[in-house]
Amino acid sequence: MATDVSVIERLPTGIPGFDHIANGGLPRGRTTLVSGTAGSAKTVFASQFLAAGVQLGEAGVFVTFEESPAALRRNMLGFGWNIAEWEEQGRWAFVDASPQADDELMIMGAYDLSALLARIEHAVRRVGATRVSMDSLGAIFNRLADTRVVRNELFRIVTSLKSMGLTAVITAERTHEFGDIGRYGVEEFVTDDVVILRNLLEEEKRRRTVEILKFRGTSHQKGGFPFTVIPGQGIVVIPLSAIELKQRSSNVRISSGSPELDRMCGGGFFRDSIILVSGATGTGKTLMSTTFMASGALRGERSLLFAFEESRDQLARNAIGWGVDFEQMEQDGLLRVVCNYPEVTGLEDQLISIQDEILRFRPQRVAIDSLSALERVSTIKGFREFVIGLTSFIKHQEMAGLYTSTTPTLLGGTSITEAHISTITDSIILLRYVELFGEMRRGLTVLKMRGSAHDKDIREFSIDGTGMHIGRPFRNISGILSGQFTHVAPSEIERLSALFRDEENPLLPEG
Amino acid sequence: MNGPAPSKIVLHLYVAGRSPRAERAIATLRRLCERELARYECDLVIIDVLADPQQAEARKILATPTLIKEFPDPPRRIIGDLGVPPEELLAALNLPHDGL
Repeated sequence: MATDVSVIERLPTGIPGFDHIANGGLPRGRTTLVSGTAGSAKTVFASQFLAAGVQLGEAGVFVTFEESPAALRRNMLGFGWNIAEWEEQGRWAFVDASPQADDELMIMGAYDLSALLARIEHAVRRVGATRVSMDSLGAIFNRLADTRVVRNELFRIVTSLKSMGLTAVITAERTHEFGDIGRYGVEEFVTDDVVILRNLLEEEKRRRTVEILKFRGTSHQKGGFPFTVIPGQGIVVIPLSAIELKQRSSNVRISSGSPELDRMCGGGFFRDSIILVSGATGTGKTLMSTTFMASGALRGERSLLFAFEESRDQLARNAIGWGVDFEQMEQDGLLRVVCNYPEVTGLEDQLISIQDEILRFRPQRVAIDSLSALERVSTIKGFREFVIGLTSFIKHQEMAGLYTSTTPTLLGGTSITEAHISTITDSIILLRYVELFGEMRRGLTVLKMRGSAHDKDIREFSIDGTGMHIGRPFRNISGILSGQFTHVAPSEIERLSALFRDEENPLLPEG
Repeated sequence: MNGPAPSKIVLHLYVAGRSPRAERAIATLRRLCERELARYECDLVIIDVLADPQQAEARKILATPTLIKEFPDPPRRIIGDLGVPPEELLAALNLPHDGL
């Protein structure tokens, strides 16, 4: 029987990112099973469900089968949740069903869990709870040998929670990341709504994901979404593919800092676009991001630089060499430099901290130097998700972002970064070494400029004490992008030009 | 049993209303106090968790019926309707079986 999906109300959990993938939150008035292996952050999820509720003005009851309330109060303090204080204020209540050290438990005859149910109902009434968390079922099954009785009784508890109109989270263990939803047949009594937390090891890197397996009769985002557990915040879900990639795009142009490059791009970069600058080491990528930021400062725009390869001092020294004064820009509040070693944290954490910095500094321009440094610390899949998340975030803020990417070979070639993100970026600028009669020169070309005509020449690019300069196109050389140079006689060029003259794009600005 | 025998025994039984299971456990304990433990001052307290959930919370009771031997030491906690022979129950409670 088809039911109207809109009738199932949602309870926003308040867990960052989760409500986005849950299309609004957990089904209200129902119990959701949260299943995961050991160390998959089930207890954090269960606690955060209540903590976020308290912060939204809703009281909660935490039924603990495993850790003692004292341990939970202590462990959750690191996430900024002062449970003891909430207990005093009557906004949080524990039902302590954890093993008691002094009790030796013996079973003689038939029993039920009416006492537990009575305690939960009492706690719910006492604080006026709308949310209940039970963590975790495995512990109670382990202590009371009769699985069938425990299952029946838990079903009775879930039924009672429903009749009281409570939204609940029950956690359960699984032995494997893929396979049965939970042990002890728990899915037999909480079948409607299931969330899976995973803690995967991929290429020797840990990757946490959350997947909504089902919300009966209602919609949610499909597949696994990465999440991270951060001190002071708890679980933060990164709703990558759920992010709408249909940002407003403006026709407003901003300067790259180089009049020649602006002209090559058809009048400058677009204000809310992402520019990828790719090249081998020493081709001028850092110079290009420095110029980009200095140009913003001239117009009173703030720039935020995330540097993953060089120290702040090194960057400032480089900039001075090109006539750009980072310290003055910082003093004027027009620049903030964040230096960070990518190895220190995972990419999920990196993304969250980058987003925090952006929200705090509110720049008009963001530069990342270099994005490829972040490849090292992640799987390719994780890296791609990171770039999508970052790109979408920056575009939502209506800022311009410039990423640099280092190619592994000096001549020609592409980087992993390029291969995975070139479709995501709006503009691509290539910097290449060019061997010209025994001398190394630099070349620059605009490979892609979404939504605009652009110069398709490969031009000479030079660097001096005043910064970057773009000169004439290389005319008598081909194969620059691939690194397989061939010199072509001028007469041959004339002949080829004449051959293609009719197909030239009339929109192209004259070189 | 080693040492001087205690003169007093305190048993707390937690039940959920007057269910058949509760009645069975209560009857078993009454019989035990009247017969096997007749020599002692037997203090049997029945606590209904539905009427007094706070008491259940304080003693962290999960299941009903739950029997707690509060005195003498060592404390003992038994879950179930106590459908076992009296000797077994006494042994589980760590109480002397005088067999009078």
